[in-house]
Amino acid sequence: MSIQVWTWILVGITFTLYIGIAIWSRAVSTKEFYVAGGGVSPLANGLATAADWMSAASFISMAGLISFNGYDGSVYLMGWTGGYVLLALLLAPYLRKFGKFTVPDFIGDRYYSNVARSVAVFCALLVSFTYVAGQMRGVGLVFSRFLEVDINTGVVIGMIIVLFYAVLGGMKGITYTQVAQYCVLIFAFMVPAIFISIQMTGNLIPQLGFGGADENGIYLLDKLDRLHRELGFAEYTSGSKSTLDVFLITAALMFGTAGLPHVIVRFFTVKKVADARKSAGYALLLIAILYTAAPAISVFSRTNLIETVSNQEYKKMPEWFGNWEKTGLIQFDDKNKDGLIQYVADAKKNELIVDKDIMVLANPEIAGLPNWVVALVAAGALAAALSTAAGLLLVISAAVSHDLIKKMINPNITEKGELLVARLAAVVAVCVAGYFGIHPPDFVAATVALAFGLAAASFFPAIILGIFSKRMNSEGAISGMIIGILLMLFYMMKFKFDWFGGGTKEDWWFGISPEGFGTIAMIANFIISIIVSKFMKAPPKEVMEIVENIRIPIGAGEATH
Amino acid sequence: MVSENKKKYWNKNLKYLAILLSIWFLVSFVFGILLVAELNLIRIGGFKLGFWFAQQGAIYVFVMLIFVYIKLMNKLDKEFGFNEDEK
Repeated sequence: MSIQVWTWILVGITFTLYIGIAIWSRAVSTKEFYVAGGGVSPLANGLATAADWMSAASFISMAGLISFNGYDGSVYLMGWTGGYVLLALLLAPYLRKFGKFTVPDFIGDRYYSNVARSVAVFCALLVSFTYVAGQMRGVGLVFSRFLEVDINTGVVIGMIIVLFYAVLGGMKGITYTQVAQYCVLIFAFMVPAIFISIQMTGNLIPQLGFGGADENGIYLLDKLDRLHRELGFAEYTSGSKSTLDVFLITAALMFGTAGLPHVIVRFFTVKKVADARKSAGYALLLIAILYTAAPAISVFSRTNLIETVSNQEYKKMPEWFGNWEKTGLIQFDDKNKDGLIQYVADAKKNELIVDKDIMVLANPEIAGLPNWVVALVAAGALAAALSTAAGLLLVISAAVSHDLIKKMINPNITEKGELLVARLAAVVAVCVAGYFGIHPPDFVAATVALAFGLAAASFFPAIILGIFSKRMNSEGAISGMIIGILLMLFYMMKFKFDWFGGGTKEDWWFGISPEGFGTIAMIANFIISIIVSKFMKAPPKEVMEIVENIRIPIGAGEATH
Repeated sequence: MVSENKKKYWNKNLKYLAILLSIWFLVSFVFGILLVAELNLIRIGGFKLGFWFAQQGAIYVFVMLIFVYIKLMNKLDKEFGFNEDEK
């Protein structure tokens, strides 16, 4: 059977499964809609968190990024896993004890201020929207390549599916579809990884295989370093970014991960504090399976790619090469007209441009794996993109219906009314996300990576100080959040979108990239919060009692309004 | 009296956090980034050690840290009578 037929079959089966789960787990109350009723088991929540977390970026783009950046790609590996240690140790148990529905809920109540709540709603919407647009794009990419439908049709199909189970099931529907999606995506990621690891190193476990040797006894990483040197690229295991920048980007991704509302809110769905800790552990364990295999895939596919194309005849390229050329994601320009592909670091002589995003998707084809494996990867990529999109849409809809309408505009809204608003908000959010997926403005790709900087610069300090400092007051937290997010937005707009006079790499402050700047903005947030809070009066006694109370795990009760 | 108990519990919690987060910092920022060039001189099989920490080791340690934390805290909860199952 052809790849296309296999893909239709596997995508069809998985989509039917998701829809079936959605119908089975409809949400009938706001509590079910926002936090799945609050009775999710730690393992189920761990699975759902892992799927929620691993997006199109993790599944499709990350291994490719590492593949092209070598050691520099480590920032994603450490950054996107290390954040879970912070989540588990510093946030999850206390936020669960606090027992509300959303992150702005915590900020608003802890800082006894609707200004703080509004700032938090704004940050949550900003972070989630930039993030969700990238997911819809990922869905479109998979559809257009493997099912040969128009990329826009692909986005629309993805929208309808997400709409169906996010709007119908709310957090409850999302949780159980995410459990299924984790299983699909991890299977789809690991099967080709294991196949290729056996093929290239004889080792069944990719995590060990990429430290292994080929049939001539040459270590794979040494071979790749040599290939890179010959073609003029930076050595794979050393990279080319400055140590300072690697440090700051890693930190921004870690603190950003811990500050992302769609991840935090998952910990509101379990029964008690001990379960919140436990599900963070399960989540990271399940995430680590993919994150430790990804760098192995990077090495395998990089080596395979160079060996397949470098100095080979263009006419003799395998079928996948032409297929990807059609999508424009592989471009070949025979500059010296010798009919061979020169793939080198020197831009003037280089004849081949390979888009980073295709490495994971093309990998099974490059390695010549059977068609069903190729199709499986497509289904896995869709699971990754859809599960994250759904989680983000829920944050958006809850921020509107719960934090904005119920808590600020119309506190008397009925349960039924709030549920309806939540569903409507989700519908609008899906449409906006779909629009950005079909008409991706240039800034989408740039901002997805920066969503972490924004989350780190805004939420992380406000939440941490809210738990660990009883003295932190609303003035401190609000000024910290505002300065943090403005500083980050300013730096991002200046150096990514060329506003405020723009600037190039040479103009970066102390050589810090916009991706790494989130760490600086976060530190600024901390400092300003602490200084301002010292000059303003201490928070009211009830609030200090709330802080005392969230530090003790007993009597978490159920999540309430 | 109750408040004293809570304070003790909280301080012990903070001590655990300090220790675990130091290890978190050590394996990622120190081994994987700051000392990566020095550690790369040491090899384990096909891996340079610094590179291995950055792309594998740090992640394994992160997972272990959370499970150690779960264990420590469950024990602490029991010790101070904050265990919800026994309530």
